Amino acid sequence: MSGPSTYVPKSAFAKWFDSRLPLMRFAHDTMLTFPTPRNLNFWYAFGAILTFMLGIQILTGIVLAMHFVASADGAFDSVEGIMRNINYGWLIRYMHSNGASFFFIAVYIHMFRGLYYGSYKAPREVLWILGVILYLLMVATAFFGYVLPWGQMSFWGATVITNFFSALDQITPHWGSAISTWLWGGFAVGDATLNRFFSLHYLLPFVIAGVVGLHIWALHVPGNNNPLGIDVKGPQDTLPFHPYYTAKDAFYVALFALVYLAFVFYAPNFFGNPDNYTPANPVVTPPDIVPEWYLLPFYAMLRSVPQKLLGVLVMAGSLLTLVFVPWLDTSKVRSSRFRPMMKQFFWIFVVDCVILGYCGSQGADASLEMMQGMQLPLVWIARAGTLYYFGFFWVIMPLLGLIETPKALPASIAQPVLSPAE
Amino acid sequence: MEGETVADSTAPEPTRRDFIYIATGAVAAVGAGLAAWPFIDQMNPSSAVLALASIEADISSVQVGQQVVFNWRGHPLFVRRRTPAEIAESKAVDVASLPDPLARNANLPDSAQATDADRVIKPEWLVLVGVCTHLGCTPTVSTPQAPQGEFGGWLCHCHGSQYDTAGRIRKGPAPQNLAVPPYSFLSPTKIKVG
Repeated sequence: MSGPSTYVPKSAFAKWFDSRLPLMRFAHDTMLTFPTPRNLNFWYAFGAILTFMLGIQILTGIVLAMHFVASADGAFDSVEGIMRNINYGWLIRYMHSNGASFFFIAVYIHMFRGLYYGSYKAPREVLWILGVILYLLMVATAFFGYVLPWGQMSFWGATVITNFFSALDQITPHWGSAISTWLWGGFAVGDATLNRFFSLHYLLPFVIAGVVGLHIWALHVPGNNNPLGIDVKGPQDTLPFHPYYTAKDAFYVALFALVYLAFVFYAPNFFGNPDNYTPANPVVTPPDIVPEWYLLPFYAMLRSVPQKLLGVLVMAGSLLTLVFVPWLDTSKVRSSRFRPMMKQFFWIFVVDCVILGYCGSQGADASLEMMQGMQLPLVWIARAGTLYYFGFFWVIMPLLGLIETPKALPASIAQPVLSPAE
Repeated sequence: MEGETVADSTAPEPTRRDFIYIATGAVAAVGAGLAAWPFIDQMNPSSAVLALASIEADISSVQVGQQVVFNWRGHPLFVRRRTPAEIAESKAVDVASLPDPLARNANLPDSAQATDADRVIKPEWLVLVGVCTHLGCTPTVSTPQAPQGEFGGWLCHCHGSQYDTAGRIRKGPAPQNLAVPPYSFLSPTKIKVG
């Protein structure tokens, strides 16, 4: 799709440099003239939005690291120092903490977009899997970062997550606990744990940036998918990336930044948990420990299983499932626009994720007040939600390709755009 | 003669060169493994951390029916002075019906059964590592005034595991009984843990 290069060096120096390191040629072909389907909509702006958020997180993170003290005695106070003493420290930290939430908002929209338009289907399987890897790296980075302020939620979140590995004790005794101890560098989450998490929290964003490079590389081999889900047939179906999509992406990045900054300035603790403003106490667990909102659906799935190893496996399986999506979907049609049944199951899946998130946010023994004073334990709703989550990928997706009759696809991307509607 | 040499080199029989390749590769693999180990092992608890492994706890102020929490190896350590009713309740349980029938008592062999007697040194004093065996939260103690769960012991609020008055798992996702740490009575009012 990228085709032969159209770069023409304009100056003698550019020509000299191009024959030694074709950096400008690469930038020109990938960022300026890259042929992009002309029908990309709003939902395709989230790639640019995510790149923008990664930049914000790295920039604010580097600044915060200049003032942060990575020790169990100093971490909490140093974060409070950033908030109260450092010039504009409050702004930079709120940008970073809210930035994480908005990074996840963007990535979830980006992922649902990919699911809806079938962007994971051939020939974009590797592109999709790199995306899953990026998502997992984001989760790991966010987890390490959440531990750093060393509040109650930091400490107990770290305790619960690192204990996931001790579930492996049920396969081979002591091995799982040995992994937990190895992660902690002690008998429990403590000073050593905080220090190594800080080191990894600083490292992983750059790993993410590297994988983003691969993700874009893999995108540029077949080119963008598009809302119609049909292949580009020729030049009439595409536009150069610049100025069309640079302008469109910039507009939506600005719009997204507006909402993001509204939270930074007016509701900076909306996504946070007040318990994390209490310093970590290794002998008192807060009455309700919940992860950050972006992990709640997975937390609900973990809790829906009343057995330790199975619970951890279900949660790990829910993430691992995403890797297989390109092969679980058996339909020949990419876009849900032309898949009447898939469209419905997709939206049920979106609602299912929200319901799971709600279940995860409530206490372990919470229940829903039904009519006539009947109590429906939330864990049953979470179980149904977990069942649908796995059912959607492992049963519905493979079956739909066989039983669904897709609508007729347009002949090309340009046809419905350029020819008048009937 | 030369023709024969060419034929030999394509034969499946390993040559000296194949052997050298494999030997070199094997040495490199073992070397890489040995070089990786220090980078893996540095994350394990250091000897300074391991050296802080035991504490002495004064339990003279603990009243009957009360639980006091000490800090042992960064974990909460529960010392609960049980009431006669709590002890009787625990003794009445059929061990075979428990989710985890093992004592999990570091002072006894691994095969010890989770009878009330094997969970304690002195029946009145229940000494436990206050770490839920599910995912490591600190369970909340149950008292007659503020009962936690159905079994009078502890309830872990994180994921709903319930323990009885001997710290044995009775309900919920936790797989094991609360661990009994290695401890001994130095005097009737002082224990050494670890």
